[in-house]
Amino acid sequence: MPDAGGPLLPPAGPAAAVPGPAAFADVLGWLATHYNYAIYILLMMIGLYAVLAKGNLVKKVIGLNLLQTAVFLFYLSIGKIDGATAPVVWTDRPPGAEGVPYENPVPHVLMLTAIVVGVSVTAVALALVVRIREAYGTVDEGEILASDEAQEEAESARAEAQEAAADAAGARE
Amino acid sequence: MDAQLPALVIVVPLLAALLVPLAGRRAAWGLVALALLLAFAGCVRLLVRAHALPEGEAIRYALGGWAAPVGIEYVVDRLNALVLTMLSGVAFLVALWMRRSTAREIRPPAVTGYYSVFLLMAAGLMGITITGDVFNLYVFLEIASITAYVLIAMGRRRQALYAGYSYLILGSLGATFILLGIGHLYMATGTLAMADIAAVFAREPQLYDSSVIRTAFAFFTVGLALKMALFPLHGWQPGAYAEAPSATSVFLAATATKVSAYALYRVAFTVFGVRFLETGLPVVRDALLVMACSAIVVGPLLAIRQHDLKRLLAYSSVGQIGYVVLGLALHNADGLTGSFLHFWNHAAAKGALFCVAGALAYRAGTTQVAALKGLGRRAPLTAMLLTVAACSMVGVPLTAGFLTKWYLARGALEAGQWAVIPVLLASSLFTAVYAWRLLQLAWFADEDGPVAEDVPWSMRAPSLVLGAACLVLGVAPLALPVAQAAAEALL
Repeated sequence: MPDAGGPLLPPAGPAAAVPGPAAFADVLGWLATHYNYAIYILLMMIGLYAVLAKGNLVKKVIGLNLLQTAVFLFYLSIGKIDGATAPVVWTDRPPGAEGVPYENPVPHVLMLTAIVVGVSVTAVALALVVRIREAYGTVDEGEILASDEAQEEAESARAEAQEAAADAAGARE
Repeated sequence: MDAQLPALVIVVPLLAALLVPLAGRRAAWGLVALALLLAFAGCVRLLVRAHALPEGEAIRYALGGWAAPVGIEYVVDRLNALVLTMLSGVAFLVALWMRRSTAREIRPPAVTGYYSVFLLMAAGLMGITITGDVFNLYVFLEIASITAYVLIAMGRRRQALYAGYSYLILGSLGATFILLGIGHLYMATGTLAMADIAAVFAREPQLYDSSVIRTAFAFFTVGLALKMALFPLHGWQPGAYAEAPSATSVFLAATATKVSAYALYRVAFTVFGVRFLETGLPVVRDALLVMACSAIVVGPLLAIRQHDLKRLLAYSSVGQIGYVVLGLALHNADGLTGSFLHFWNHAAAKGALFCVAGALAYRAGTTQVAALKGLGRRAPLTAMLLTVAACSMVGVPLTAGFLTKWYLARGALEAGQWAVIPVLLASSLFTAVYAWRLLQLAWFADEDGPVAEDVPWSMRAPSLVLGAACLVLGVAPLALPVAQAAAEALL
């Protein structure tokens, strides 16, 4: 497993209940070497927040994109090795290149696929938002739901009126 | 030819999806039906071959000659042969059924596009089922999902657009979780081939205690539960099923969520292993048991108060997916047999019921439950179909649904989960309540509804095949040995 060097998670200090200065130093040390993981978690939470809390349909799509980008960062981080070169086959190695490790290319390849998937999802999502804007005249979730509710109420009221009229006609006969 | 079969069942629908937009309107439908018929024939052949193999072996196909773990591998064993046959069979029947229905519900210029996307979705679902590589599983999952968003959004009312959008957001969220699960799995094991990951676990059992592996499993579970609409993550499903065009509803309801459930089985049993389920992270297994049982009770309960037939059936599906997951939570031979039987049984019953809803939409232009009035007089065959399928949902003996519940109940007793028995009984009772409401309207209503005559034979025949399957699977011991063999192969 390729790794950035140190342990992946901050080692748990002996006095876990009361974090002393040593524990803080551990966390700081972890942050200094593994800050990309912290950024990935932060990005992901921002994306998740936008997807769940925003009412604007376009903003939700942006949130989804942030979420996906965070995952890209995560994958690239697990393939990263400090001081390693690109995984390219050298026909004539430059002097001093022997013995230098190369980075794991598999996560990069996986993320190429994931980027394609992300673009497709975004395209379909934006196409749907355009159609929604045409049909409802708004891209706000609350307004769309309210508009649907109003339509349904009107429809059921019309159906009831029709039934009542049919009953009245039946009674006259 | 026979050796290439695992690749062909995916490639044929995939290639046909490219050709369909080039073909003319009439030829397009023929091409769809032909491609899916070929895929179905291939899947039946694979099922027979998988069962001819000795216990524990599988048909392995290295794509492009690159053997796993470097290349992508397709694996057909007894479990996914069962799912593949169900998938391609239902896809073929829906393809036959949908010609008249789509002609009425979809704008004429969009029809060939619809067919093409439909084929893509069928290929995606079959790809999820056949692949032996976790990242390939994600790619096929996204193919099946993106096409599903499109197929849903093509519904006639504007609500379909919003339903498709909601599913897109929640589905992508689920898919992202699955991608993270794959990432964590790769981080700890360094490989993506399912068999290879399982070998790593067998070599290094201490990995089961690793927090990375536990996180991976939690991500997989949440992501797939979202995709299969397992209560309480079912929010996207009723709207999607209710607003989609009828053909989409039939296909989606009969197959899509079950394929996600299959993926969870595959990940839990083949990749992580039964031992992980028992000792590694028992809290997830218990959570799945609680979620499955709540789904089984709450789904039909919510269905009772619906006025729209498609929405009612969608809520009933929320309950039915619980049966499919229950076996995983019980993880003994009888429980798994019950759940695997349900892959076929529910596909037949729910497919048939959505065909009835599609027939209503075709003849009456509405899917309100009230439109069923007088169906028994005007369209007796469709009303019979409704009756048989509804009985199977309730679990009346001699129908397929009964076998599912029988084996799940036996599995629950064996696992010592006595509480599951009242859950199954209550669910049957609630299902009977809404089923009776439908049957009473169809057979015993005094006045006639808007349905003047039965649907054309091109729609009636495929839906009757689904209805007949509900009876045949319940009476003839056809599916039982297949499901039992699949269950034994997993344990």
